[in-house]
Order: sequence, then C-alpha cells, then structure tokens
Amino acid sequence: MDFITAQNLVFRYIDEEEQQENNVIAKNVLDDVSFTVKKGEFVALLGHNGCGKSTVAKHLNAMLLPSGGKLFIDSIDTQEENEDFTIRRKVGLVLQNPDNQLVASIVEEDVAFGPENLGIEPEKIRLRVDEALKAVDMYEYRNQPPHKLSGGQKQRVAIAGIIAMEPDCIVLDEPTAMLDPKGREEVMNTIRKLNKEKGITIVLITHYMDEAVDADRVIVMDNGKILTQGTPREVFSQVELLKRHRLDVPQVTELCYKLRACGVEFDELALHSDECISKLVEVLS
Amino acid sequence: MRDIAFGQYYPTKSIIHSMDPRVKLILLVAFLVLTFCTLNYAALALVVACVASIVLLSKVPVKMYFKSLKMIVVIVLITSALNLFYGTGEPLWEWGFIKITLSGINNAVFVAARIISLILISSALTFTTSPTDLTDALERLMKPLTVFHVKVHEIAMMMTIALRFVPLLLEETDKIMAAQKARGADMESGNLVQRIKALVPVLIPLFVSAFRRAYELAVAMECRCYQGGQGRTRMKILTLHKSDYICTFIVILIIVGVVLCNVLLPHTLR
Repeated sequence: MDFITAQNLVFRYIDEEEQQENNVIAKNVLDDVSFTVKKGEFVALLGHNGCGKSTVAKHLNAMLLPSGGKLFIDSIDTQEENEDFTIRRKVGLVLQNPDNQLVASIVEEDVAFGPENLGIEPEKIRLRVDEALKAVDMYEYRNQPPHKLSGGQKQRVAIAGIIAMEPDCIVLDEPTAMLDPKGREEVMNTIRKLNKEKGITIVLITHYMDEAVDADRVIVMDNGKILTQGTPREVFSQVELLKRHRLDVPQVTELCYKLRACGVEFDELALHSDECISKLVEVLS
Repeated sequence: MRDIAFGQYYPTKSIIHSMDPRVKLILLVAFLVLTFCTLNYAALALVVACVASIVLLSKVPVKMYFKSLKMIVVIVLITSALNLFYGTGEPLWEWGFIKITLSGINNAVFVAARIISLILISSALTFTTSPTDLTDALERLMKPLTVFHVKVHEIAMMMTIALRFVPLLLEETDKIMAAQKARGADMESGNLVQRIKALVPVLIPLFVSAFRRAYELAVAMECRCYQGGQGRTRMKILTLHKSDYICTFIVILIIVGVVLCNVLLPHTLR
C-alpha cells in the first residue's frame, strides 16, 4: 500500500444530521477526492484559494477527519480512534504564517518543542535539534530569538521543528505564500534537499506554478475536486484545461504555448527556463 | 514602542548568564527582601556595591540598564521628593510650609537607592536569563504546588507563549498605528480622553489579530503533538554547578553582612 492513500474523500463542515435539522445544504469542501502518494515522493498540490487544498493538508495529519471516504496514512485509517498522535508523528504539517507556528522565544528551544512533546530523553532531543537545524542551514542561529530572523529563516526554523520529530512525510501548506522571492528560494531549496537527501516524502501545497515544476507529480484541484494529476510535464501540457479553470502554467510553458499558437513548431512545451532557451535556439537556428 | 528594555533577554556569555535560572530566581527574591532590610548607610552601601558588581559581571551594556531605569525615573523622583518633605525632627532648611530635615534626606536617599537597586537587579535577571529558562525555572520551582491542583505546566506554557508574542504584537501595533494614520487617524493631538479614544481603532484590530494568531498557534501546537504537560520531557536539564554554590554562598555572606551592619551600627532609619 502507498504511504498516503485517499479513497473518495468527502468533507463538509456540517454533518448530514445537522443539515436536516437546520434545513441547509452544506457544500462539500472536498468532493470525491482520490489520490495516492508513494514513500519518498515529492508531490505538489495546486489550486486556487478555497479549492480545498488546505483542507486536504489538515486531513493528512488527522486534524480534520473525512465526512465520507477513507484516508490511510501508512496503512492506518485516520478515522481510527486514538491514532491521531501516531499519525501526527508520521506526517508533520508546516503552516503558512511562520510567526504563528513558533512557540518558544529561542530558535533551538522551539525546534525542541516537538520532540519534548513526544517524551524523548533530553540527550536525544539535543542531537535531533542540532541535526534538524543543520538540515535547514539554521544552526548558527540556534540561540537567536525568532523575531530577529527573516521570513524565510523563520519558515526554515518551522520546518526544522517538524524534522526534529523525524516524520516520514512533511506536508507544507503554502509555506512560501508570505515570503519574499529570496525567502521563497531558501525554503524551496530546503524542501528539495530534504526530499533528495533524507528521502522524506513531501506534499507541497502551493499556488505558485514554478514551485510545482520540480515535483515528481502534480495534483491539480479545483472546487473540491481533482482536476487532473500526473507528472509536471503531463499536467502543464494541458494548457487549455488549466486556463479554463483560471489556473496558470509556468511562464516558460506559457511562452512556448503562445509561440506554438503562432505557428512555431515545438515538440513539447518547456518547463524550465534553460530548457526553453535551448528549444528556442533550436527553432531559431 | 521598541524601546522597552525591561524584561528583554540579552544573549552573551558571562558568569551570571551561565548560572542556574532557579538559583538566580531564588537569589533575586532574597536580594529584593534584603534591599528593604537595610537600616543604615553601611548596609545600604554593601547592597548597592553588590548590585553594581552584578551589573558589571553580567557583561550586558550599562546602556541597557539605563534604558530600563529611564522608565521609572518619575517614580523614583516622586517618591524621594515625598520622603524628603515628610521627614521629622529639626528642620535644616525652611521655606513656608516646606521644611527639609536630616531624616527626610536620609529617607529620600534610601528610597531612591532601594528602588534603583530593585530595578537593576530584576533587569539583571531578565537580561541574563532567556525567557524560556525563566519560565522553566518557575515551572520547576512551583512543582510542589501541583499537590494543591495548581496547573503549573499550563501556567509556565502560557508565560512562554506570552513572552514569545510580545515583540510580535508590538510590531503589529506599530503597523496598525501606521495604517490608521495613513487613513487620517489623529493620535498625537487632543486631550487625554481624546487620545485614549483614538487608540480604540488600534486596539480592536490588534485584538482580532491576536485571536487569529492564537487559533493558528493552537493548530500548530497540535500538529506538533502537544498534549499538555503529561509525558513531556525537556531538552535542557537544569543542573547545579560549582558557580551556583559559590554565588549562593556569596549571597549568604552578604545577607550576614547586612544583618551585622544592622545590628552593630546605629540605625539611620527609624
């Protein structure tokens, strides 16, 4: 079985009984969502605001439980009682606002917060904290207060706080939405590094198409449903479909798409700028 | 707004920094009591000398201490002025109903010295101890209170979070004030009542955002498996070192010194 298996996931904020009592029909925030994530995979979840992607994130570590369908994390049903903390040890969630997820006023003590909650021996916590801070390149800042760090650095500390709990999977809910381009780059590099070097499964929720390009697989959501999924190349080649749902494609892909519409011959649409350049050179020469 | 020095941690390496926070806390309380037990100038001088040496030993810039004193300058002035004029005995100088006596001067000096040492020594504690260490120490010192069903861990956690969010909320206040000024809000003119009223459009957004932050923080804490104090371990273990015993011994010596001064020498204060 895959690490994450979602089968026909349905979620609404009001359950059926209440709907009948109050005579309201609640919209399904998630409607028949099915997908899988393999161990060690880097999956990007794309979509507009309000399309249900954050709701998926909260399902993945059992903060929310499905109203219908099943969700298995490492073969454990999230609806099983008393398993929520087992699941949260396996799947760590990093939120959007770095300021609101740091607990302690010293970086290393904040990173230690998770392992402390797990009841690990002090010496081992020390090791984990140091290792986690080194993994996100924030070791030199371990004695700093968080409010003296930049947004990107704070977000990396938040990621370190999750790594210190040694999860198998990290879910990041728009971790770069509140950061400047430099901070976004730092965070993205960290995420890629964790996936490649530590083999941690990554589910990255974002609305920046450029961040999704590096993923192994992309899942596009719209209105609580899965619109399409596949490798970045498969997904972003469906430019018309994405445009119809007011979603973007990476800039270079759009450039190629528009050139193709003008009659320039491309075998496939580029995803990265280097790729685009070489294709253009090919066409021009 | 950002200028509040009192209660801020100043990270550096010094003997005072490396002391056990529990010991520091207990010694602070002992010292606070001691400053109010000085009855003559010899005892006062001893305490002031100790405070000064602690300030110097902490390796925190003296400027920081002045900043924290700046906030209470008015209080010191008012209380010593009151004490100056309420002395009893032979007046040294008289003008109308105002008379200054020797005991009045003594009282004023003692009050000023006591308040200043009080602030300096408490600032020394907060400058040299990280907030988490401090709350940690409080949690451990208050542990016996769990017998009386006092939620020690929860109180300590609340303090940690409060301290974490102080700079954040200060920053936010500045931002909201700037935003309201940009909308034409007038906060600098008018009488006291008008100024207080002008703060309402700042406080309401601040409250709303504080609640939003609190909710998000709760989610983040739950994501990190927080389940209250039970079964929780700590990364930092507090152990007493040689320096802690030496400092405690020195403070005991000072206490003995002050007591001796009080007993052997005539009292300045009655």
